[in-house]
Amino acid sequence: MTIGLGHYLAVAAMLFTLGILGIFLNRKNIIVILMSVELILLAVNINLVAFSTFLGDIVGQVFALLVLTVAAAEAAIGLAVLVVYFRNRGSIAVEDVNLMKG
Amino acid sequence: MILPALFFYLFAAVCVASAVMVIVSKNPVHSVLYLILAFVNASGLFVLMGAEFLAMILIVVYVGAVAVLFLFVIMMLDVDFTELREGFLQYMPIGLVIGGIFLFELLLTVSYWVINPTTAKTITAAIPTNVTNTEALGLVLYTKYVHYFQLSGMILLVAMIGAIVLTLRHKASVKRQDINVQNARTPEMAMAVRKVAVGQGLQDTDAAEWVK
Repeated sequence: MTIGLGHYLAVAAMLFTLGILGIFLNRKNIIVILMSVELILLAVNINLVAFSTFLGDIVGQVFALLVLTVAAAEAAIGLAVLVVYFRNRGSIAVEDVNLMKG
Repeated sequence: MILPALFFYLFAAVCVASAVMVIVSKNPVHSVLYLILAFVNASGLFVLMGAEFLAMILIVVYVGAVAVLFLFVIMMLDVDFTELREGFLQYMPIGLVIGGIFLFELLLTVSYWVINPTTAKTITAAIPTNVTNTEALGLVLYTKYVHYFQLSGMILLVAMIGAIVLTLRHKASVKRQDINVQNARTPEMAMAVRKVAVGQGLQDTDAAEWVK
């Protein structure tokens, strides 16, 4: 009943899938989409730390720290853009973001 | 030996269950609270793996900063969230199909996969056994990877300035202090001497004019 690398990778795979599923299910609610992105980054972090521990190499934890930094910056910028968009349009529905008709 | 396994299954189960609740909750506030639960359990997994510093950083950064930021934005925006849930059932089948295929492939890869034995010999910085996890991380982060460390600091600085620039706005109706205007004020601009006729007083229109 020993817990190996595969167990942690399985948990990370499930979290990653749930993050992707969250983006599909909440197509209109950009706040939940941002939370799903956070879940995906958490799965990446679990993978990095798991490999770092089971290979005995601390560099994985350094990279996990950097991913954490980028995730925090991304959340701050994303929510700031969201607030500005809400001020201009009075709504946060993602499907209305088609002004440029790309 | 059974205790770490039990804790692993506890943390993993609660983490995955709360991740499910994050994406299916009707109320975004509940989503944020479940996100906090998921992160706390993930930090429990980190402790089990021996990455104590990252576990504590995860709680400080995510629960202390990111989740509070999410809560703040959700409560600040006056949005009808039931309206935003339209199409949830419409996208459910395609999402479940893609998610199911993806998870199946990932788990297949994870279960039929071994580490190349030569990889174990190419370790860049081995984990020292005689120091704590925090000290071991600092020993490489501030020496070998100091450029990455500085770069992440720059990323945070840019994100901070970007967020402030994006959300700062000047309302015309809000009076602000302008020190240059205050310093340039002369007595002639601020005062007016009027000859007031006896028994008449100063008319309101005149007063309004020089108050400006």
